[in-house]
Amino acid sequence: MGIGTRAMATEHIVKSYDQQLSLLSRKILEMGGLVEQQLASASEALATRDIEAAARVIEHDDRVDDLEEEIDKHAIRLLATRQPMAIDLRHIAMAMKISNDLERIGDYAVNIARRIERLVKVPPVQSQYAIPRMAQITQAMIKDVLDAYLERDAARAVTAWHRDDEVDAMYESLFRELSTYMLEDPRNITACINLLFIAKNLERTGDHITNIAEKIHYMVHGQRINRMPAQATS
Amino acid sequence: MATDAARLPGGIDSRRLIGRARRVDLAFAGAGLLVMVVAMAMLMALVLDLLVDGLPRLSWDFFTNFPSRRPGRAGILSAWVGTTLVMIVTAALAVPLGVAAGVYLEEYAAKNWITDVIEINVTNLAGVPSIIYGLLALGLFVYGFGLGETILVAGMVLALLTLPVVIVATREAIRSIPQEVREAAFALGADQWQTVRIYILPAATPGILTGAIIGLARAIGETAPVITIGALTFIAFLPPAPIQPEFPFLSFEWLNSPFTVMPIQMFNWISRPQPEFHVNAAAAGLVLLAMTLLMNGLAIYIRYRIRKGMR
Amino acid sequence: MSNAAARPVADRLPSPARPQARAGGLVDLERAGPGAPADADVAPPPAPAPRACKADVRGLSFWYGEFQALKDISIPIAESEVTALIGPSGCGKSTFLRCFNRMHDLYPGNRYEGEILLNPGGVNIIDRRTDAMLPRLRIGMVFQKPNPFPKSVYENVAAGLRIRGIRRRALVDERVEQALRRAALWDEVKDRLDDSAYDLSGGQQQRLCIARALAPDPELLLLDEPTSALDPIATARIEELIDALRQHYTLVIVTHNMQQAARVSQRTAFFHLGKIIEWNDTEQIFTNPKETMTQDYITGRFG
Repeated sequence: MGIGTRAMATEHIVKSYDQQLSLLSRKILEMGGLVEQQLASASEALATRDIEAAARVIEHDDRVDDLEEEIDKHAIRLLATRQPMAIDLRHIAMAMKISNDLERIGDYAVNIARRIERLVKVPPVQSQYAIPRMAQITQAMIKDVLDAYLERDAARAVTAWHRDDEVDAMYESLFRELSTYMLEDPRNITACINLLFIAKNLERTGDHITNIAEKIHYMVHGQRINRMPAQATS
Repeated sequence: MATDAARLPGGIDSRRLIGRARRVDLAFAGAGLLVMVVAMAMLMALVLDLLVDGLPRLSWDFFTNFPSRRPGRAGILSAWVGTTLVMIVTAALAVPLGVAAGVYLEEYAAKNWITDVIEINVTNLAGVPSIIYGLLALGLFVYGFGLGETILVAGMVLALLTLPVVIVATREAIRSIPQEVREAAFALGADQWQTVRIYILPAATPGILTGAIIGLARAIGETAPVITIGALTFIAFLPPAPIQPEFPFLSFEWLNSPFTVMPIQMFNWISRPQPEFHVNAAAAGLVLLAMTLLMNGLAIYIRYRIRKGMR
Repeated sequence: MSNAAARPVADRLPSPARPQARAGGLVDLERAGPGAPADADVAPPPAPAPRACKADVRGLSFWYGEFQALKDISIPIAESEVTALIGPSGCGKSTFLRCFNRMHDLYPGNRYEGEILLNPGGVNIIDRRTDAMLPRLRIGMVFQKPNPFPKSVYENVAAGLRIRGIRRRALVDERVEQALRRAALWDEVKDRLDDSAYDLSGGQQQRLCIARALAPDPELLLLDEPTSALDPIATARIEELIDALRQHYTLVIVTHNMQQAARVSQRTAFFHLGKIIEWNDTEQIFTNPKETMTQDYITGRFG
């Protein structure tokens, strides 16, 4: 008999405790939603070379930073006043860490948006299949991870965790591709370097999403993901 | 404004409520005071009467003279000596036996119907009229055992009277010791007797003493059983002294001696027609009262000292 | 440049193979720890390290008259450690504690079944044939409400020694001082040894009771909610004391304060309706218990 992924069947005897815990979850999901939007806008801006979309990314970031602060304060208050145990303790502690990761992702999205603003000033480089694909995957990953958080579904988080391999592989191949373009034609260098930075930010985004996935897994199971080499897929 | 402040939820007027409560308090206090004054007044009247009649009669001679046909020369020597000696025997018999029985019933006896029967009997014996004890003693001790009409038998019969009181007091005192003390003692590895000897009995002693003194104070004034077993009403000699000048220095001959006691002496005097003897009786009454108060005072003092030693 | 096997900063740990345990969370000390949950990607938790066993409880059941208060309890009590017993009211934790020194024998209508083997020696202390005094001479107890004897401080601490017939004044003095030092009370009472125990504050009285239990040098110390009647500062002092006592004694503590159990113990057992639902290392119980009921209780969802 284990606790596993089943959502808690019962509520706390003190109702306000439950309310505070769900407030914490809601803030994480709000933050996650905003970051998701930032990534989507950045993706769109990349595809359509739209500076307004890029600007939206930057606008949202203040709220994301505020939320991180709110979540930290709320979590600290819960630790002080409720002396949480077991799953409640893991929930609160991981909320603080997840909000950190989300905030970093938000920053990367802002970085991408800034790069895009520079990118639109130079002629486009051919065949940028990899970057939109990377963006698409990270968007899917973050959606999965946020759903996993909402449902407390560790298996789903682990699935998202594995997809980072794809992102990393894409980054490698993109690096080689862009190197080729830069060698071919020095006029491509500015564009390619910006693209490279964008790709790097997307790759870092993927890494932070895997962090979130790990935290969700720990929150649900109380143990770290088993990282046996045999589990890695590509 | 004032009425608003006084209004309680539900439309109750708090001022009327308080006013009524105060009146009831006052009435009750007044009634209690009245009753107490009446009771104290009667008691005081009694004592005052004794004092007025008897106090002038108290003198050294009164204490050291034997009874006499002449009221002026009559004294209570044999009476108070007899009372004292009888009380010593009573205490020596009733207290150890009563405490031991109480301890057994509380600590050792199994909780079954036999114990219940014993308990009921003990409690009932406390209410048996004292003259019945006298008859029992006459038949069993005086004639049956052939002990004669002596101080020993008087002590024994009064001890029988006092025994139930001591047993009940012991049991109550032991019961009032919280269970935690027992548990602590047992948890340390004490056996039953160690627990009783070192922890239970010392803590119960004040209660036991109180009960014992109450019992003895009742016994000191019991006339019926003592007369029944044959105390004399006019004796002009003292029992042999317990302390002898020559070896072995301690003598128990006095136990076998005839005797009289204060209540009997008083009864004897009050039955005479001469009013001077009545004065003697009043004086003797004062002395008996004083002896009782002395015993109570001793008990209170002992309890105080023991309590201080414990707290 | 990033390399091909880039992973997040956290390192990769291979998970060691662990043997399975019986269902229900109850394990033997010698055999290995709790089993792995169903998810293959979840690393199994480390098993509790084997420790010397001070008292081994096997299949203990207990009846008050007709009512069965304890149902088939099995748990080893590890030496030089604090084992905490937690659970809602009426779950049997105090009943269980009082089996160790046969306190139930003071009251009629009690029946034991099973074994509590006390080491060294392995004698079953709840066997009818074992005299109740034997475990009491080896095991000490501290009660919920401080209950010093109505005697002086010195006499209280010396009580256990007197009961054991230790009379030599010098030896008793020495043991009394040592016990009071171990109970962190010596400095406060060394000039007041002849004062009545009732002159001490509540917290001091409880420490006096601890010193009284320690003086006869018990092998095992039982504490029944020792701080529930004390203020927070006195409680903290006693918890500090419990930490220090661990070096010399084995302790079993019943507490209804879960945070206290988490603070002072190395091993915790959760009781419910006369059974042990789960027992494990304290850290495990309070960060990731295996049983839902345990988690519900410690997070305040029932009880």
